[in-house]
Amino acid sequence: MNGAQDLGGQHGMGPVAPEKDEPYFHAEWEKRALGLTLSCGAFGAWTIDESRHARESLAPATYLSASYYEIWMRGLETLLQRHGFVSPAELAAGQMLEKGRDPKRILTAEMVPGVLAKGGPCDRPAPDAPRFAAGDRVRTKNFNPETHTRLPRYARAKQGIVEAVQGAFVFPDDNAHGKGENPQWVYTVVFDGGEIWGEGADPTLTVSIDAWESYLERV
Amino acid sequence: MHDHDDHDHDHHDNHFSGIQARVKALETVLTQKGLIDPAAIDVIVETYETKIGPRNGARVVAKAWSEPEFADWLRRDATAAIASLGYTGRQGEHMRAVFNTADTHNLVVCTLCSCYPWSVLGLPPVWYKAPPYRARAVIDPRGVLEEFGVRLSDAKKIRVWDSTAELRYIVIPERPAGTGGLDQEALADLVTRDSMIGTGLAIPAGEAR
Repeated sequence: MNGAQDLGGQHGMGPVAPEKDEPYFHAEWEKRALGLTLSCGAFGAWTIDESRHARESLAPATYLSASYYEIWMRGLETLLQRHGFVSPAELAAGQMLEKGRDPKRILTAEMVPGVLAKGGPCDRPAPDAPRFAAGDRVRTKNFNPETHTRLPRYARAKQGIVEAVQGAFVFPDDNAHGKGENPQWVYTVVFDGGEIWGEGADPTLTVSIDAWESYLERV
Repeated sequence: MHDHDDHDHDHHDNHFSGIQARVKALETVLTQKGLIDPAAIDVIVETYETKIGPRNGARVVAKAWSEPEFADWLRRDATAAIASLGYTGRQGEHMRAVFNTADTHNLVVCTLCSCYPWSVLGLPPVWYKAPPYRARAVIDPRGVLEEFGVRLSDAKKIRVWDSTAELRYIVIPERPAGTGGLDQEALADLVTRDSMIGTGLAIPAGEAR
């Protein structure tokens, strides 16, 4: 979706401002936000793709004025309500008012090391052979879905070269919306800076994305 | 460091306490329902504060600098090569290593969210997740690098990797000159977090802390 999250190439965002010796957390609540996000993810009620969509669906003014852990928290509130774990009244009251839905699993302290070490691999067998090979010239599609996609706006309707076939992975555009994993081949596609940014582009620049097969057409 | 709490919220004076209350309310409701184990949150935080951080990635780089066979393995199958050192798991399930050379500098960004290789670099810094870096890394990488104190020669090519899928990237910086006699632990001391994102370079020999 063309939300505030799709930031590549936007002007006016100011300097990067790296912080010397930055701590892992700037406040105690950030620690709890990280832990709550991972703990609730263990419920098994939503995918990483649905959680990304919940975050990018925040109103642009909210998204751009929130710190990243705040974006996570607001996304998590959406997911917990959508899936019946908490109610809006409970969030407002700050206490339990009804039991709510039971999750598939609850993350306990003992489970944490195993869960973090295992992660959530999302490579899957593909139903067909890859349509493209390294060296192929491709064009990304021009589309503007209101739903989740991992093709950034700056890289739509651009010509590039397939550099590598990376394997087949869960297709987020479907998986974010409960339409199944529908794995597709993913390719590293390289674009010249001039193809993307046009006049005045850095002549030494190339930008690559990892693109699912259905994002691409042969040139 | 405390004045940094409001860093992102200059125009919202009471925003910080708002989110603090919000997180507290959520944790309270979920705990009362038995849906979360607050001790699990403590273990998660402790893991990323003390066990999983950029030292993991620095050891990957030092080994690649020292052992050509390991560097080749990283190029072919970074996931397996990195897993051989014990660095696996969340946000490192599918890894790629990209090598800086005399004529090309690599820079990693996630313009759409904050994808980052947790298993080798730990949790991402605030700037990596914030709009300025995500907006500018793909269109003005040289300007971004200068804000990190890195000035590349005009002839050096810049390759930006936008992490749009589930592949997570680690940049293998160039090995500093004059480090032939160092063992891998000493080499790892020259590898900064930023050098593995591409916003920095390895520390020259003799300047390590």
